[in-house]
Amino acid sequence: MDISPSTTAPPPPQDAQPKPISHKAAARGATRPGDRVFLGLSRGSGILLLLIMAAIAAFLTYRASIVLSKNEGNFLTTFEWDANAIPPYFGIAVLAFGTIVSSIIAMVIAVPIAVGIALFITHYAPRKLSGPIAYVVDLLAAVPSIVYGLWGALFLVPHLTGLFSWLDQFFGWTGVFEWQGGAPRSLLTVGILLAIMILPIITNVSREVFRQAPQMHQEAALALGATRWEVIRMSVLPFGRSGIISASMLGLGRALGETMAVATVLSPSFLINASILDPGGGTFAQNIASKFSEATEQGRDALIASGLVLFVITLLVNGAARAIIARRKEYSGANA
Amino acid sequence: MSHDIARRSDDGGSWKELPKVKLQRMNRRALTLGALAVSGALALTACGSDDTSGGSGGTNTAAAPDTSNIKCDDAKGQLLANGSSAQANAIQTWIKAYTAACKGVQINYKAEGSGAGVTAFLQGQTAFAGSDSALKPDELTESAKVCKDSQAIDLPMVGGPIAVGYNVPGVDKLVLDAKTLAEIFNNKITTWNDPKIEKLNPDAKLPDTKIQAFHRSDESGTTDNLTKYLKAAAPDAWPYEPGKAWEPKGGQSAQGSSGVAQQVKQTSGSISYMELSYAKDGIKTVAIDTGASAPVEANVDNATKAIADAKVVGKGKDLALELNYATKAEGAYPITLVTYEIVCEKGNKAETLPAVKSFLGYAASEEGQATLKDQGYAPIPAEINAKVRETIAALS
Repeated sequence: MDISPSTTAPPPPQDAQPKPISHKAAARGATRPGDRVFLGLSRGSGILLLLIMAAIAAFLTYRASIVLSKNEGNFLTTFEWDANAIPPYFGIAVLAFGTIVSSIIAMVIAVPIAVGIALFITHYAPRKLSGPIAYVVDLLAAVPSIVYGLWGALFLVPHLTGLFSWLDQFFGWTGVFEWQGGAPRSLLTVGILLAIMILPIITNVSREVFRQAPQMHQEAALALGATRWEVIRMSVLPFGRSGIISASMLGLGRALGETMAVATVLSPSFLINASILDPGGGTFAQNIASKFSEATEQGRDALIASGLVLFVITLLVNGAARAIIARRKEYSGANA
Repeated sequence: MSHDIARRSDDGGSWKELPKVKLQRMNRRALTLGALAVSGALALTACGSDDTSGGSGGTNTAAAPDTSNIKCDDAKGQLLANGSSAQANAIQTWIKAYTAACKGVQINYKAEGSGAGVTAFLQGQTAFAGSDSALKPDELTESAKVCKDSQAIDLPMVGGPIAVGYNVPGVDKLVLDAKTLAEIFNNKITTWNDPKIEKLNPDAKLPDTKIQAFHRSDESGTTDNLTKYLKAAAPDAWPYEPGKAWEPKGGQSAQGSSGVAQQVKQTSGSISYMELSYAKDGIKTVAIDTGASAPVEANVDNATKAIADAKVVGKGKDLALELNYATKAEGAYPITLVTYEIVCEKGNKAETLPAVKSFLGYAASEEGQATLKDQGYAPIPAEINAKVRETIAALS
C-alpha cells in the first residue's frame, strides 16, 4: 500500500507487487494525495456542469411535453397565447419573431458602435482619456436591467417620438418604418435599449482582443507607409475578427434572454407586423415574465415550453458562433 | 528608420498600452466611482417609483385604523399567505393594524399573483391565499388534499372599482357605455370625435385625434373583470372570451397597473383600464352609462352597490360571487373586481387556525372594512359581509 511516496527512491526491484503501479505513476507523473484530490475535484466539477445542463434540459423537456400534448394550437405557428384555457391554445411564432428581430436590431446598432469604442480606446484615444472611457463603458454593464427598463419607459420612450415620426416620414414607404402614431414602445425601442445594454460586453471583449493585436504587424504596416486607419484595417481588424464575433455572440446571448427591461418597455401583441415601429411581437423572456404570476400550472408548463425554444435558439446561436470562429482560427488571437 | 517608428509609437501614447499596474489601480478607483454612481442611480429610481405609487402607499399610513376591537384570542405564531397583488395594499394595512394589536402573530403576505397564491395554498405552503377569482371546480377538488377531506372556500373580502382612465386634453368629463368601450378596445372606434362617442357626450369638445387604447400585457384579474363586463354588457361588440389574458389583437400594452397608468399619463389621446387607486395625476375616469338614470362614476361607493347586486354562487359555505355586469341598478358601477381570501372550511392546520380566524375576522369586521375606502377599495356590502363573518367564525 505504499504508493504515495512514489517520488522518492524507486521501489526495490525484487518487490513484484508495487512495480507496475510505480511504473504507471511515473508515466502519469507524481500522484500525491493533493494531486488526486484536485483531480477528483476538477473532474467532479466538469461532470457536475454536464449534469446540471442535462437536468435543466430534462426538466424543461418533461414539463413542456406535458402541455404540448394537450395544445390545441400549433406550437410553432399559432399567433396566440391562451395557455391557461382548457384546452390550451398557444404558439410561439410571435415570440420567436419578436425575440429575433429585437436582437438583430440591437446587434446592428451595438456592434459597430462597440467596435468603434474599442478601437478608440486601444488605438486612438490619448492615454489620459482611454482609461476613463473604458471604465464608463464597464459601468454600463453594472446597471441592473430593471433600471434600464425604468429609464427606457420613463425617459427613452417619450423622447423617441421625434425619431419615429422622422423615420415614418422619410422611410415609411419601405413598410418597415411605417408608424401609426402610437406610443413608441415597439421592437425598435427594445432594440435600441438592448443595444445600450449589450454595448459594454461587446466593447470589453473587442478591446481586449484589439489590445493583443501583434505590435510587430502594426509596426510593419506603419513601415510600409500605412496610415493609422490602414494599420487598423490591415493588421488589427483581421486579427480581431474572431474576437469581435465571439464578443457579438456574448452580446446576442444577453439580448435574446433579456427579460425585465423588455417587459417594462415593450408593448407586446400577438400579431406580426412588418413595421418595427408599430406594436407587434413579444419576446420569449418578456412573455414568461408577464404571464408567469397569474399562470396556472398548465400555463406555467406552456411558458416552460417556450423557454425550451429559447434554450434551443441560444444553443444554435452559440454553435454557429463557434463554427465561424473555428473556421477563422488561423487569425485567432482570442481564445474563443 | 525603425528607430523612428519606435519613437513615433511611443510619442503617440495612444498606441502603447498603459502599464498594467497602473491600469489595475485606476480600475479600482473607477469601480468605487462606479459603485457610487450606480447606487446614486438606484436611489434616484427608488424615489421615482415611489412617486408613481405614492398615492396608494401614502394612504397606507394615512389611514389610522381603529384597532381597539381586534380580538387576538389565542392566536400566535407565523401566518404565511400568498396571492393577488390587487388586494395587497388592503392586506398590508390590515396586517399592520392587526400585528400592532396582537404581538404574538407575524403575518407574511406575498403578493405574487392569484395564480401563484392558489398554487401555494393547494400545495399546503400557506395558511390562506388571496385571489382575484373564485376557485375553479378542479381546484376545489384538489383542495381536499390540503383541507383533510374538507374543501377550500372563497371569502369575498375586498372589492374594487376598475376605472377606465383616459387622457384627452380639454375633455374633463367623458361618458361611455359598454358598446362604445368594447369598440374602442377592439379598435373599431379609432378617433375621439367618432359619432358614437359624440352621441354620449354632446357637450364635450372631442378632438379628432387617434385613440391610443392600452391594455395589460401581463395576465391580470383586472383584465379578466373588464372583459367579463364587456362580454356580459355588450356581447355583440365583444366577440372574445373573457379571461386574464387580453385576446384582441392589436392595440398597445404595458405591464402592470402602474405601467398602463404611466402610459396614459405620458400619451395624449390614450385610454386604458386600471384599479381606481392608479387613476390619478392627470388621468381622468370615464363614467359608465349603464342604462340607469344617470351615468355612474367610478368610485368605491358605487362599486359596493354593484357588489350588493351580485349573487352568491358558491356551494355550501363557499361564498364565491357572480357579479351582475349588466346591472342597471342606480349608481352601481358595473366594472368591479371582487377579491377573495381562500381558506379551508375544515381541516385548517391546528397551529395556524386561531391566527387565521382572528386575522380574517378582523379583516371582515366593520373596522377592517372601514380601512378599505381610503385606499380606493370598496368594502363588501353588509349582507354578504355578515355571511363572511359567520363563515370565518365557524372555520375549523
